[in-house]
Amino acid sequence: MGHIIEVENLKKVFGQVIAVDDISFVVEEGEIFGFLGPNGAGKSTTIKILCTLLKPTSGRALLAGHDVLREPDAVRRSLGIVFQDSSLDDRLTAAQNLYLHGLLYGLPRQVLKKRMQEVLEMVGLAERQKDTVRTFSGGMRRRLEIARGFLHYPKVLFLDEPTIGLDPQTRAAIWEHLHKLRKEKGLTIFMTTHYMDEAENCDRIAIIDYGRIQALDTPDNLKRSLGGDILTIVPVEGIDLAPLIRARYNLKVQHSPEGLRVEVKDGASFIPRLASDLGGQIKSIHLRRPTLDDVFIKLTGRAIREEEASAAERMRLSSHRRPLRP
Amino acid sequence: MPAPLRAIYTMWYRDTLRLLRERNRIIGMLGQPLIYFLIVGQGISSAMGFRGAPPGLNISYLQFMYPGILAMSVLFTSISSGISIIWDREFGFLKEVLVAPVPRWATAIGKALGGSTMAMAQAVILLLLAPLAQISFDFITVAQLLAILFLISLALTFFGITIASYMETMEGFQMIMNFLIMPLYFLSGAMFPMQNVPAWMAFLMRLDPLTYGVDALRLLVYRNADPQILAFLVRYDLKTDLLVLLLLVLALGAWGTWSFSRQE
Repeated sequence: MGHIIEVENLKKVFGQVIAVDDISFVVEEGEIFGFLGPNGAGKSTTIKILCTLLKPTSGRALLAGHDVLREPDAVRRSLGIVFQDSSLDDRLTAAQNLYLHGLLYGLPRQVLKKRMQEVLEMVGLAERQKDTVRTFSGGMRRRLEIARGFLHYPKVLFLDEPTIGLDPQTRAAIWEHLHKLRKEKGLTIFMTTHYMDEAENCDRIAIIDYGRIQALDTPDNLKRSLGGDILTIVPVEGIDLAPLIRARYNLKVQHSPEGLRVEVKDGASFIPRLASDLGGQIKSIHLRRPTLDDVFIKLTGRAIREEEASAAERMRLSSHRRPLRP
Repeated sequence: MPAPLRAIYTMWYRDTLRLLRERNRIIGMLGQPLIYFLIVGQGISSAMGFRGAPPGLNISYLQFMYPGILAMSVLFTSISSGISIIWDREFGFLKEVLVAPVPRWATAIGKALGGSTMAMAQAVILLLLAPLAQISFDFITVAQLLAILFLISLALTFFGITIASYMETMEGFQMIMNFLIMPLYFLSGAMFPMQNVPAWMAFLMRLDPLTYGVDALRLLVYRNADPQILAFLVRYDLKTDLLVLLLLVLALGAWGTWSFSRQE
């Protein structure tokens, strides 16, 4: 299996802002590859460049062997994308939405009819195909978009926050469909998410912040890189234990909203030591295994939830009122 | 089908599908021009006549206003169709078209054709209501009216697309409506003739491209009327009107497709 996506020294500058700062990575065919990072990290910009929606300032990007600058149409044919916001026409039926997609991608009529049936059955929407998308739930719409994204048999499916806003059962169902697609069709999946548990679906994850890849590895390796368990220590009111802990145990201490964060190799054995040494000054100690969120905090200094609203987000939030939508 | 045609056809087909499925909404959009026509038109018709009209001029304001009503309905439908791409490209179907292997300029043209089809559907309904103003047409006139209306709606949809290509959000929309669209409409002679307006206004009206569209409509509607009426109400000959309209379609079409196709 070769590299289905190759990105080399990719850079994108908007005026004074460096959105993507010299990133390089490869994605293997058939892989589930994840992009993790806060808003403004450069995730969406990178994806837009890979989908030929933006031109890079410098560097190279290849998808299925085609250069995004030199062969944009070939690149587009090789990819499907499911956006974070629905891009279906919800005044039309599911079948009509698929049909329009087939028209756009130049699928011959006979092929199109067969494939429409195939992808609808694949995501379990065959009985609802004549229904208006407006009547669909969020999960059904997402499934329809995945079906649509796959209609022209792309090599790579881009998923931007595939299960955002969906309940856990629907999330699980969607991932079942995605894994099936990967297994049966050899589809490569490139996704972005800020759900830690969703990121566990990935074979490899790239953590991106400030336009740079801060880490790229399998979820397990990333968690292992933390060096151990996470202890959250809440000191008694008014006492700052951080310098004490640093000096005494030679450990790095990070301040977080929940308390002092410390990483230790064997948390369970460390707690009794800590308690007996500093007992009176500690209010509580919490122990847990490292998660990707911890990896994220360590690399970027903040939790993935902290976000600011961009212009698109403001529109997204106000679109629920939709005053001028035709 | 080659890529550009696929884009044009798909965009047009989608708008037409929506039109067919949402017949009630389209008819609802006729509400505004109809209210102007039936209420404002009748009211002014009863209260006022035309100043400086040749003696014996036998035309009511309602009849005068009819071509302007056709233009009004086409104007609002076309502009809002073009402007709708602001929302559509961020949260709607247009996003999907922009990642497809088709050229963007063709997508813009497809949208213009789709929007014009919607505007024409409304125009046809309004033409059927002509008897309300005691106006009747022969078949050829209807065909010519539709042709002129199509050119107007094509130009205006492209205009809407152009405006939308420069706007990030809908926030400036009200300003655009009040300070650009409405003046263009009022200065087109749709609601009052160019005779007897102050010189500065006549000047602006001559600059307004929509004036030539409304003028052509008026010419066609009254072609069998008293020549005095024609002289009073119609400013230019059909050739001039047609020329301006064609230039308008080409200019706005070029600007619209270009601005829509810009990519960072």
